[in-house]
Amino acid sequence: MQDPMAEIRATFFQECEEQLAALEAGLIAMESGASEAETVNAVFRAVHSMKGGAGIFSLDALVRFAHVFETALDKVRSGDLTATPRVVGIFLRAADVLADLVRAARDGGAVDEQRTAAMAAEFEHLDTPGDAVAPLAEDGVGSWEIVFSPRAELYAKANEAALLLRELGRLGEARVTLDTSRLPDLEAIDPEGAYLSWNISLQSDCDEAEIRNVFEFVEDDCELTISRAGVSGFAPGTVITGDNGFKFEFFAPMMEEEPEPEPAAIPATVQAEAAAEAPRNAVVEAIAAKAESATAVSATIRVDLDRVDRMIDLVGELVINEAMLSQRVMEAGIARASGVAMALEELEHLTREIQDSVMAIRAQPVRSVFQRMPRLVREVAAQTGKQVRLLTEGEGTEVDKTVIERISDPLTHMIRNAIDHGLETPEKRVAAGKPEEGTVKLTALHRSGRIVLEVADDGAGINRARVKQKAIENGVIGTDAQLTDDEIDNLIFLPGFSTAAKISDISGRGVGMDVVRQSVQALGGRISISSRPGLGSTFTLSLPLTLAVLDGMVVSARGHTLIIPLGAIVETLKPRGQDVFPLDRDTNLLALRGGYVPMVDVAASLGYCEELLEPEQGVALLVEGEGGVRAVLLVDAIHGQRQVVIKSLEANYRAVSGIAAATVMGDGRVALILDVDAVVRQARSEGNRVDAAAMEAS
Amino acid sequence: MSTTVLTVDDSRAMRDMLRHSLVAAGFRVLQAEDGMHGLEVLAQETPDVIVTDINMPRMDGFGFIEAVRKDEARRAVPVLVLTTEVDAAKKQRARAAGATGWIVKPFDPVKLVEAIRRVAA
Repeated sequence: MQDPMAEIRATFFQECEEQLAALEAGLIAMESGASEAETVNAVFRAVHSMKGGAGIFSLDALVRFAHVFETALDKVRSGDLTATPRVVGIFLRAADVLADLVRAARDGGAVDEQRTAAMAAEFEHLDTPGDAVAPLAEDGVGSWEIVFSPRAELYAKANEAALLLRELGRLGEARVTLDTSRLPDLEAIDPEGAYLSWNISLQSDCDEAEIRNVFEFVEDDCELTISRAGVSGFAPGTVITGDNGFKFEFFAPMMEEEPEPEPAAIPATVQAEAAAEAPRNAVVEAIAAKAESATAVSATIRVDLDRVDRMIDLVGELVINEAMLSQRVMEAGIARASGVAMALEELEHLTREIQDSVMAIRAQPVRSVFQRMPRLVREVAAQTGKQVRLLTEGEGTEVDKTVIERISDPLTHMIRNAIDHGLETPEKRVAAGKPEEGTVKLTALHRSGRIVLEVADDGAGINRARVKQKAIENGVIGTDAQLTDDEIDNLIFLPGFSTAAKISDISGRGVGMDVVRQSVQALGGRISISSRPGLGSTFTLSLPLTLAVLDGMVVSARGHTLIIPLGAIVETLKPRGQDVFPLDRDTNLLALRGGYVPMVDVAASLGYCEELLEPEQGVALLVEGEGGVRAVLLVDAIHGQRQVVIKSLEANYRAVSGIAAATVMGDGRVALILDVDAVVRQARSEGNRVDAAAMEAS
Repeated sequence: MSTTVLTVDDSRAMRDMLRHSLVAAGFRVLQAEDGMHGLEVLAQETPDVIVTDINMPRMDGFGFIEAVRKDEARRAVPVLVLTTEVDAAKKQRARAAGATGWIVKPFDPVKLVEAIRRVAA
């Protein structure tokens, strides 16, 4: 059993992350004009809840900041302060500071204390317009002299003098002097006695009633004198700050009509009140109505991810087993119309449904990742002195949790790059006839079984001449290379390419775009960029929706069984001889509805054989790769569709170019899953052909 | 039979913390995530003491206390408010709603247990 406190602490920080996300989402909603009480309440509650939790772990810095933040939010909630864009902007920055404090508390890192203090100071001037000088009513501040002498009863009711003093400090600046003159010698001390009193000089424009309010619950258990002081100011004394305190206020003694301070006596009062009220069933109805509205909030449970993963593994095994069973039944020559075959079909159906349901458990909207981006944009914008507006679209797009976790880094990098390198400075933008404020648009959508993330900026676009020049200087390409615009743009993903002269702290961070591309490829994803001079650039990142299952077409190529991802296939066709045009020794073009598409012999491209298959003897699959690049894959035969469980090749063997992963077929044999894009690219570049063959030989 | 305490708080960390402290003191602990959930729990069982937060989604502490006080079978249950709020007006509202006591977070487990023992006559 783990240390229970460590577990509670972990829970607290987990909750903080959720609250921070809710806080930011709420503030962003407020920024775009939402001002319903529920939005403001949710924002307030998020901060309030973090403050409460931070208190139990004595995270003082966090409590202090959350407190001033909460106080400001409370003003909005009570209508004392209007949530103007300026105010919400301050809140958003405060949310960032709060997030830093949470993470510093969790990971033990340092916090920028100046930033925190500056932020806290900004809360003081929330209700004054930005430019105006804060009209602090200096001369309106009055001085109070308070003498507070608790009696033993006060302590007996579990009240803390320190806490009351701290509360008093919230009214203004308090100087507290401890009066120990009544303290007897040690031998004479009654441990439950009360000997201390405090003299407090309070600088505040509050009235006497507010001061009395602080002592409201202890009034009967102490001597309290409150008087206006002269303007002489503070007497020198000790400042006492109570912390980590506790207060328990007993309401019962305050009820004058109940002289017995026994809590058991309270119900009698309540009963009397209740009797005077509306009939009981009316109350029940009201509660029922509330309960009904509450069911609209969808119920959720938290489940350990390991358990879900274990289930997914098991379902994967189940799918394979079911396929093996089907095959055995077929081989045994059992009629399709027999009871066994029909029951098996039903089983296949159910298995598929179970698999879909289990995968749906792990699917999450990309919102959680998108929500982190506004903060990033604000930071980078501040660092670069650019004005940036972030638009997001498709936040509800769902994708497997494992994928969600891994898109955050590349996305962060793409956005940094878009702001740092893509967008121009406000001056340049104005000079180019564009609005001062640049736009970065973040989009998520589903396209042919993959999730596509786009980061588009309306900046200057890629400076192709400079990129090409750099690539030549760095030896990435030869001096005489003939490249299309698109190819030049995508040079930035090549290793060894960096605009080293000007790597900034922002997009640099020591990671080049080639590293980003590698990490994306490791996930079975692709990244590309397209750019229009003067109009901006668009990064496109596409990833599989899940890393666990795939709908595939089973094909054979020279006796090898391969799986082609269904999402990539546009159509299948039988090529006719007169439509095939040889381009060079290894490449044919296929005439297709008035256009020409390169034809790739899959077996040859994977190095299974040297000779090309006669196009007329095979079956062609028109596939579409990244960026809509089309090609025709030529195979011997098609054996039908099947859902396959993806087994990582890297984890079990090693990465092989042209192959995305492997799977286990119904007959227990391993089949390779084709990496369509890689094969298309490889065929163009005459790349590494022996890899797959070498692997099967080993 | 040991004293049963219902804790109502929307923070899981806070609920866990309360459970940890109260179970260690020998109490039996029931938990609810907000006022609405608290009423659902109360429909099943009557605790000896209720400890509730104020700021919660769906139904806040004030609404919850009022509902408890209007429930004939449960109006005798002492309700302690455990909150970070220090605002006098809120205290007044809690008292008007029928709260028995007011405890400011962060709480000292020993004193919280003492307070519960005092009201759980």
